[in-house]
Amino acid sequence: MTVAVEKPEQPQKTDAVPPAAAPAARVRKIGRGTVVAVILVAWLVLFAVLRGKQTLALAAADLTDLHRWINDLNDSIGANRNSNPLFLYFFNEIRLVIDTLVTFLRELISQPSVGRPVPQIGWLGVVGIVGYVSWAVGNWRVALLAVAGFTFFGLQGLWQQSMDTLALVLCAVLVALLFAIPLGVWAGLSDRFNRIVTPFLDFMQTMPTFVYLAPLTLFFLIGGASAVIATVIYAAPPAIRITAHAIRSVPGTTVEAADSLGATRWQALLKVLLPMSKRTVVMGVNQSIMAALAMVTIAALIDAPGLGKTVMQALQSLDVGTAFNAGLAIVVMAIVLDRVTTAASAREEEARRSKNRFLKWRRPLLWAGAAVTAVLVYMSHTYLWAAEFPGEGGIGSSIASTADTATTWVQDSLSGVTNAFRDGITNGLLNPFQSLLTDSPWWLVGAVLIALGAVLGGPRAGAIAGMCVGLLVATGLWSDAMTTLASTLVATVLVMLLGVAVGVWMGRSTLVDRVLRPTLDAAQVMPPFVYLVPFLALFGATRFTAIVAAIVYAAPVAIKIIADGVRAVPATTVEAATAAGCNNWQIITKVQLPMSRSALTLATNQGLIYVLSMVVVGGLVGAGALGYDVVAGFSQGQLYGKGLAAGLAIVLLGVMFDRITQAAARRVSA
Amino acid sequence: MATQVRQWRVGAAGLAVLGLTLTACGGAKVGDSSSASDSSGDSGKCGAFNLAVNPWVGYEADAAVVAYVAEHDLGCTVTQKDLKEEIAWQGFGTGEVDAVIENWGHDDLKKKYITDQKTAVEAGSTGNKGIIGWYVPPWLAKAHPDITDYKNLNKYASKFKTSESGGKGQLLDGDPSYVTNDEALVKNLKLDFKVVYAGSETALIQAFRKAEKNKEWVIGYFYEPQWFLSEVPLVKVNLPKYTDGCDADAEKVACDYPVYDLDKIVSAKFAKSGSPAYDLVKNFSWTNDDQNTVAKYIAVDKMAPEAAAKKWVEANRDKVDAWIK
Repeated sequence: MTVAVEKPEQPQKTDAVPPAAAPAARVRKIGRGTVVAVILVAWLVLFAVLRGKQTLALAAADLTDLHRWINDLNDSIGANRNSNPLFLYFFNEIRLVIDTLVTFLRELISQPSVGRPVPQIGWLGVVGIVGYVSWAVGNWRVALLAVAGFTFFGLQGLWQQSMDTLALVLCAVLVALLFAIPLGVWAGLSDRFNRIVTPFLDFMQTMPTFVYLAPLTLFFLIGGASAVIATVIYAAPPAIRITAHAIRSVPGTTVEAADSLGATRWQALLKVLLPMSKRTVVMGVNQSIMAALAMVTIAALIDAPGLGKTVMQALQSLDVGTAFNAGLAIVVMAIVLDRVTTAASAREEEARRSKNRFLKWRRPLLWAGAAVTAVLVYMSHTYLWAAEFPGEGGIGSSIASTADTATTWVQDSLSGVTNAFRDGITNGLLNPFQSLLTDSPWWLVGAVLIALGAVLGGPRAGAIAGMCVGLLVATGLWSDAMTTLASTLVATVLVMLLGVAVGVWMGRSTLVDRVLRPTLDAAQVMPPFVYLVPFLALFGATRFTAIVAAIVYAAPVAIKIIADGVRAVPATTVEAATAAGCNNWQIITKVQLPMSRSALTLATNQGLIYVLSMVVVGGLVGAGALGYDVVAGFSQGQLYGKGLAAGLAIVLLGVMFDRITQAAARRVSA
Repeated sequence: MATQVRQWRVGAAGLAVLGLTLTACGGAKVGDSSSASDSSGDSGKCGAFNLAVNPWVGYEADAAVVAYVAEHDLGCTVTQKDLKEEIAWQGFGTGEVDAVIENWGHDDLKKKYITDQKTAVEAGSTGNKGIIGWYVPPWLAKAHPDITDYKNLNKYASKFKTSESGGKGQLLDGDPSYVTNDEALVKNLKLDFKVVYAGSETALIQAFRKAEKNKEWVIGYFYEPQWFLSEVPLVKVNLPKYTDGCDADAEKVACDYPVYDLDKIVSAKFAKSGSPAYDLVKNFSWTNDDQNTVAKYIAVDKMAPEAAAKKWVEANRDKVDAWIK
């Protein structure tokens, strides 16, 4: 569901390179490949000589001065928060506003409100509103889906938890959009502001959420408000990026036409730019909602109410079934909200295409629908049977026990095979690679990273790589960062293998696409905590388990991007190749893959970023290194500073790879 | 004309639905006497009671029982907050957390919040004895009885090798919030082992569960009281005996973990409030077996914490009465 609109500057390359440019490009490419090979050989030779020297290793409990300094800062904030005016008049005010909003929404749909044993609007009313709104902004098909989805929560026995989650997500998305849309418009209008804001957005999206949970509770206390703010930090960037992208992609001629008609800047914005980019902005809202849902389980660690809590509590006793049941509710909610917002963004076009007769019907139908909804709301406010979901959630318990049975079966029957596979990958690929990265002197690895950045992405990317290397050393966690880097790169390689195989398959067949896409969506939205337990049973507490978890999360993105890339190859080209006598294999390797090269680089870029965002989850299942440092910082006061530094290190790795792959992608398609 | 007729028809259909739903339904109304059963009577004496729930089942059992008694016997409005230790202690100062009722050591937090910030005070022992150590699955202790002596561990080190342990035996540690000296212990006892961090309690329990089932070689950090021990009774490995102060220098530790006296911490404000909930927390005390019983209800029998607490409280009325006398 998280589509790749986040990197809009990527020029889509669809037509072939003009023949005249080909020889020159070929010469350059060979040159670059040779240089990379030389760098790698030199690295291997020096590694053999200098192995184990200047590796900057740091034991699990050791700290650097930087870490201690952050600890002290944290302590002094905690000690002074009741006397500091910044808290009294700024943070506390923000907290109050958001807390009021959360409490209001929760009393409306999920929690007993003052003097009532049930919320203001019960299940029947909520289902009615959801169905009506989905129909009004989308179409009757998504309305049906929405009603079915919401009823399903009740049948799962998770009505209240789902409504708590919905309240939190709504609140976070409202607050996020309040900032994101104006900022996005600004970034769309001003290149300068866009350049300033982009690194901040990168930072907000790559920084592991575990890292800022603890500071947030320090500033905004425990509970709903902090959870919402944590979610906003994560959910706002996609909306900002996509709004900016939407404003930018309004055709220049249209704006010029408005100018020539004498429109002021303000008029041009309100009458031309915003209406024309409305459709894409709604996609931004969609992405914000998806990001907010992804935070649901993590925010449960600071007492955020809802489904995330159910997942976390079930995991304490390794109750996979219950965790899966709650995870499924999150997936269903994501699918409903995704389809409704997508339908909303397409509605106007659809309405314009459909027959006029329907339009005349629409208004009276809307009124009738509103009346019915009002009745449903009234009844759910008044009668207990319409307020509390009837039944015991029997479907939920059978889902839970089915999931348990399935997990046990998989664990029992596969664990022999999986161990062999794990040891193969670990010993054959991961261990040698990791020791190359961690046992080389730091300056050698740093030099190699900078050189590769410069060769693949150009001097600017090289400079950024140099800066990141320097800052990584400064965090004091170089060795851990290299361990994480090794796992991350291995995971990305596997993601790309899977991405190319499945992506090409999906890109070539609409049927396959239709069958696989919902599964991919579900894999992206299902909280990783749910599948950690079965993976632990299959692969043990190892780095490999973390790699598998990262693949489940990152591969869908790569697959979708590659599938779209393959599909974008003009049909005429494929036909021409077929006419020339190419077989399927040749068409794939000689035509479709080379022509979707920019999709491949974009998929690599996104795959890597998504893998990196799972580093912390990996730390919970034996991957150690930066992920463990972050979790430890969240759990132990004296490791707080180290955890924060580890979070920074993850961001730095992310920035370095993002810039190198993007610059490389631009070079490839230039 | 035709469309107008249609509009009327739609309107009429809407009204019909409306009328049908209004007349056809009924049932208990919100606010009816039948639904307002709780919250009457003796509430108001106790008021709000914010109880932190740290993320392990043993704690959940403590919290469930205390919350149940506070609600049903004292009429408190209990809010249970799921929080990690560090965050829970932060809450003492801000008034968001009144009590932490199963604390394992955490001398650093005690120094910060009790000695320095003075936002928290101790409220006595829970009666539980916290035992930390190295454990092996029962099948292994049975097959090789001498493995429970640390001196024999090197003999078996190669059996404990995994893909993560770099050629040495693997000693599996769990969640980073655990109190652990294991790295120092391995070094100072000259063991051919490497500490590998599983990263979470879930991972640790899954490793032991799988090891017992498939007869795999696993040795790792674990603790009592813990519900999992009633599913798989892990066997403790004997390290050199603990003596007072043998763990004073973290670098040089070469002895077993002390037996922790698990205790309760409350916010300074709560201690002075005169709330009956505070007296309950202060008097609350039970045995490891009590806690394991409730924890087993929750984790193994999958009862809701509240139902588990109810079952135990009803069976142990005498103990509960002593807390609220």
